[in-house]
Amino acid sequence: MGNGTIQEITHCFLFLPESSAIRAALLIQRWYRQYVARLEMRRRCTWNIFQSIEYAGEQDQIKLYNFFGFLMDHFTPASSERNLISHIFRENEICRDTEWERYFCYKDIEVPDSYTGPHLTFPMTFCGVSKLVEAFKHKQQLHARYVLQLLGETWRLLRILPNINQVSACHTKEITICGDLHGHLEDLLLIFYKNGLPSSEKPYVFNGDFVDRGKNSLEILLILFGFLLVYPNDVHLNRGNHEDHIVNLRYGFTKEVLGKYRMHGKKILKLLQKIFSWLPLATVIDHKVLIVHGGISDTTDLNTIARVDRHKVREPTHHAVNGSKTQMMNNRNREAGGLVEGRRRVCSLTYHSSAPAYKHNLPRRSLHNQPTSSQLNWSVEEELKRRRRQAGFDQSYGELTKSDSDSDPESGETTETDEHEWKQIVDMLWSDPMPQNGCSPNEVRGGGCYWGPDVSEEVLGKHNLQLLIRSHECKQEGYEFCHNRRVLTIFSASNYYEVGSNRGAYIRMGPDLVPHFIQYQASRTSREFTLRQSIGWTERSALRALKEQLFVHKSDLISAFHEFDPNNTGLISLSHWASVTEKVLNLGLPWRVLRPQLVSSTRYGMVDYHQWIRELSITEPKLEISDNSILETMYKNHSNLETIFRIIDTDHSGLISFEEFRQTWKLLSSHLKTEISDKAIADLAQSIDFNKDGSIDINEFMEAFRLVDLSAHS
Amino acid sequence: MMPLVHRLIFWETPVEIGTIIYSLGCFPTQADLHDFTAEVEEGHTGYIHLDKFLPVMTKVLLENKYPPIPEDLLLQAFEVLDKEKKGYLEPEDLTKYMTQEGDVFTQEEMDEMLTALVDHEKNLIYYKDLINLLTIDPDM
Repeated sequence: MGNGTIQEITHCFLFLPESSAIRAALLIQRWYRQYVARLEMRRRCTWNIFQSIEYAGEQDQIKLYNFFGFLMDHFTPASSERNLISHIFRENEICRDTEWERYFCYKDIEVPDSYTGPHLTFPMTFCGVSKLVEAFKHKQQLHARYVLQLLGETWRLLRILPNINQVSACHTKEITICGDLHGHLEDLLLIFYKNGLPSSEKPYVFNGDFVDRGKNSLEILLILFGFLLVYPNDVHLNRGNHEDHIVNLRYGFTKEVLGKYRMHGKKILKLLQKIFSWLPLATVIDHKVLIVHGGISDTTDLNTIARVDRHKVREPTHHAVNGSKTQMMNNRNREAGGLVEGRRRVCSLTYHSSAPAYKHNLPRRSLHNQPTSSQLNWSVEEELKRRRRQAGFDQSYGELTKSDSDSDPESGETTETDEHEWKQIVDMLWSDPMPQNGCSPNEVRGGGCYWGPDVSEEVLGKHNLQLLIRSHECKQEGYEFCHNRRVLTIFSASNYYEVGSNRGAYIRMGPDLVPHFIQYQASRTSREFTLRQSIGWTERSALRALKEQLFVHKSDLISAFHEFDPNNTGLISLSHWASVTEKVLNLGLPWRVLRPQLVSSTRYGMVDYHQWIRELSITEPKLEISDNSILETMYKNHSNLETIFRIIDTDHSGLISFEEFRQTWKLLSSHLKTEISDKAIADLAQSIDFNKDGSIDINEFMEAFRLVDLSAHS
Repeated sequence: MMPLVHRLIFWETPVEIGTIIYSLGCFPTQADLHDFTAEVEEGHTGYIHLDKFLPVMTKVLLENKYPPIPEDLLLQAFEVLDKEKKGYLEPEDLTKYMTQEGDVFTQEEMDEMLTALVDHEKNLIYYKDLINLLTIDPDM
């Protein structure tokens, strides 16, 4: 059976009509299958793009905190950055809960008569929560008084819950398990519509990442906490890596809260910080099914997890920083070998001690200076002195790895246990499964590890478990098995990357502990997209995001291209184009496949890279900046800059002073190891016209530099 | 080409061999795929090792073993099914051919095809307009 020729088909048509229909059918089937396969490849590429950019952002975040950690350990009293850092990291841990309760008290907050939103009464009832759900469905906002009251009750309840929720599936009820929601209220409402509201007859487990990215993170939290209060034995919440106030600074939750609650937002955020630290870490069903947000590592031990003081363990982000710090050091000096290399390298996260530096009472969490007496103020200076003594003076960044082995004898059992404990937690919240055996640091995320099928077998076997359910990774169909069906990923935010990018799903599980899946896709339009249409839409969005990344790396790309164009012809071969772009962006994408959509024309297999870069220029900033290098730094470090700004803005007013602004830039330039002159910063500040009141509005500033896509083909 | 195949196999959930071959611009029949698979599969595991796949695939590409279907031939094929030369096909007719003749479609494939090809308003398949789906990127 070969390819038909025109003559063959017409010949057959004339003499054997039935067989010509068969031939025609064969041709059409072959054609169509090829078409579908091409779509599938495009979909995978698009997925890769979104995922790579997302994880690169998370890695960026961790690097930033790694940098802060470094500064905390290494600046001398004379350093000008000292005040800023201590300003950022001071915390009054000594405050007792009663003091906090007073601070969070809602009683003085009046609800005006003009308020049209829902009124809550406590203790919470099923009617109360349903009313809340209805109100949010109709886009109403809950008054700050009720928010604080609800959160306060939640905090009180969470404190008496264990680290690991133990649940039993019995014959009268099935358990529903949901994955990441990420502020997608429409998905939660869809789940409730299809599956019913939580109740004693309808137990639910929510597996973390309730917040960030979507715009209704707070509403989701309030609904989940409401149901938790009404049915504490039937609603179970696991902490996710986004239930972390440092991550929230970058990924939108902080901004959402401050935007919705201008007066009380700061208090709400502070209370949420406490609540997040008190969220349970895992849920186990019938001693057989383990549910955690991220996953496991080769050192995962549920008995350890059950014992830790989960709220006292430092910020998981902080831990991710410390845990992989040794690895990070090594990474900095290595070539950008691409993500494939990273995953293959199997090395342990075991920590050879910069341990002394990270003792128990490290004041690193805070974004607030609480006006309390000096007795309660932890002295950052004293802490730093002590740690510098332990770690040794005058260590350069690169030398830290060498001195690791000369760890201070003072770092005894306690510290090692602490390290072990927080590593367990970080692994639980940040890890991802991989196809090959072994366990290696998760360098894509910057925290947790990659674990293989052998680790799944070992850990599940050790604890006599049969299934691990986790979330943390977006999946096209909303769920996916791996590791011989021992590990199941469940993801409940549909259209996560873009409209049409993926379905969401949830699990129903009865006493037989066999998972059943229900998929859905929230959509604003009633029309169903064809395969072709939805891929096109998502693809366009992914390519836009990718072009943005290329644009912000303009200078690096051009200088790298020059290296392969010694005669300055302005042309570069396709394969060089692909390898250079990968080296600069480090996203692990199949550039040659993407090339037709990124580069409009080639000449005899060569790319005119100057023209290409010009075509990528997709925006004009709204401000006049003479210094081009600052502009590029701005675009490239958009998220980092915003994160730093928000940290500095400790009273969450949305405004920072010129001095703080200047210090931010100094900090950023240290982190990036580039030079940004005082004059350039002054010019920048001037052009923002902050002189009116001596302060800069963060939102306005970031808005001015947001990339706007003016390209014709969008 | 090679890095693409390698990375996709490494990163994602497994890809079907047919998908890879199709997306490299080839148009094998089901029988062709069957033969190809037999040549490269690891026993009866259902998995294919990259080391075995690459040389065979390279040979296929160099020999242009499964060339694309010319547009006019495809048009003729549709016209053969469109006996009355109406210029369109009814979904039921296409379904009958696709699911009963040749390398038959599964129900899922058929549903997908109808969603993609049927004009939603008129509930007909105007095949002449759809032929351009065949276009391959020139530089691939």
